[in-house]
Amino acid sequence: MIWNPLVETMDRAALRKLQLERLRQTIAHCYGSVPFYRKQFEERGIKPEDIRQLSDLRLLPFTVKNDLRDHYPYGMLAVPMRDIVRLHASSGTTGKSIVAGYTAGDLDVWSECVARVAVAAGAREEDIAQISFGYSLFTGAFGLHYGLEKIGAAIIPISGGNTERQVTIMRDFGATVLVATPSYAMYLAEVAEKMGVTGELKLRLGLFGAEASTVEMRREISRRLNVTATENYGLTEIIGPGVSGECEAFTGQHINEDHFLPEIIDPNTGETLPEGETGELVITTLTKRGQPMLRYRTRDITRLTYEKCPCGRTTARMAQVTGRSDDMLIVRGVNVFPSQIESVLLEVKGIGPHYEIEVTRENYLDRLTVLVEFIDAGLVDRWSELEALQRRVHEKLRSVLSLDVNVKLVSPNTLKRFEGKAKRVTDLRDV
Amino acid sequence: MYVKQISVFIENQPGKLAAFAELLAREGIDLVALSIADTTNFGILRCIVCDYERAAKVMGDAGYTARLTDVLAISVPDRPGGMAGAIHALTAAGISIEYLYSFVRSAGHNALLIFRVENLEKAAKVLADAGVALISQEEVRTL
Repeated sequence: MIWNPLVETMDRAALRKLQLERLRQTIAHCYGSVPFYRKQFEERGIKPEDIRQLSDLRLLPFTVKNDLRDHYPYGMLAVPMRDIVRLHASSGTTGKSIVAGYTAGDLDVWSECVARVAVAAGAREEDIAQISFGYSLFTGAFGLHYGLEKIGAAIIPISGGNTERQVTIMRDFGATVLVATPSYAMYLAEVAEKMGVTGELKLRLGLFGAEASTVEMRREISRRLNVTATENYGLTEIIGPGVSGECEAFTGQHINEDHFLPEIIDPNTGETLPEGETGELVITTLTKRGQPMLRYRTRDITRLTYEKCPCGRTTARMAQVTGRSDDMLIVRGVNVFPSQIESVLLEVKGIGPHYEIEVTRENYLDRLTVLVEFIDAGLVDRWSELEALQRRVHEKLRSVLSLDVNVKLVSPNTLKRFEGKAKRVTDLRDV
Repeated sequence: MYVKQISVFIENQPGKLAAFAELLAREGIDLVALSIADTTNFGILRCIVCDYERAAKVMGDAGYTARLTDVLAISVPDRPGGMAGAIHALTAAGISIEYLYSFVRSAGHNALLIFRVENLEKAAKVLADAGVALISQEEVRTL
């Protein structure tokens, strides 16, 4: 089923025409209403009317997260506060928060975009959706809430935390759809198993997002919760969830291209890359009024395809995000994405899906340590097998990362579990 | 005939063993025998205690991964050659020892040897035939 066939299956030439028209409106709006953008244009000697075709987009400068921080809280708004009806913010784990303002129209677009993503993933009006994202300044819960409500699903706005109660409600209310971060879904699965109620759950579909996950992680969640695990994508700076999501053909995440114009660039040079190449995703909003974004650098590494999908949609699809360029660790000169480590760990039998990564520096040498739980308590009496397991993890990591990783096995159920976005990496090198 | 050994997983980090030792002290758990095998990252502590059921529960409740295993415990004279007789009997019967540790409860008398083999039943019979004194779990309680 397709929520909005008119745009989701639109002929690409017509879609490009629509995008160009909206791009020009957005640029004029930014130039006229946001001093930051006007200054950027003037510094480069560009006028809004210089953008005559979609490919002229590359004339425009990028917008980066720091620009949003520098204009905290309201410097990026393009409308007066009386037109803003909602403010969200992204957790400033690395610095000041960034703020996002929405007009009533922006909230409508948001609901529409998430409705499409939810339906593409397989959600229907008969569904009962448990939203285990925290309802807060974080966009995740509200976005999914609007979209799922729009398609007519029944919503359990349980928010995050209190995991045993989550499982009880999930069982008692007969939730069929789970909305959560992949790491929290994994934890929920574990708690449900401990409570012995996994078999009584009615879950059939998982809408996972807010953090990147690997195919292996979703396969594991899918197996343990008995759900079809789908991923959707979005970011506060652009709108929140609803930028893109997987369809039932699992061929990548369909971007709502009538609202968001994607590009792939080389993160080092800023050059636009041809279709199919892997690079950093850059997004320009096409309809946002409250806080439009021109060429926003997402830091997410992916690639795009514009081929028609077997599901019938014609919109661009982005591949699984392999990692946020911010997340990339450089260890002894080797680029390491935590997602690579996750993929390896989930393929090794005998260890659990939870892990922590620690980077330290000893005698000017970087040291990467991975903590992972062994799951068979019986191994405690078989020292040589435990050691062999450790060696196996070490070897597999070395073959993928070309790096000697210090593997630390720890007891089952001792690593941190996450209720929201997981924080698995600790870099102690600069402390 | 067999004795219950508790194996506990302990991270190889400063303070981890101390914390475990404090737990035993607090709970009044008396060790009859103890051994630690370690790598750079983890250690496995094996021990024989009087009340293994309570000890295993205490450790589990405190968050340790603990496991009970059947092992053989024998008493041999505490003098040179004391161990040789028992080992010789096992070797002659083609039984290999996975691990072994020993403990002397009071100097000059008998030493306690604890070991794990693949086939406990056969090993127990071989030892009994060779006249080696096997210690039962009941006897451990009185040691």
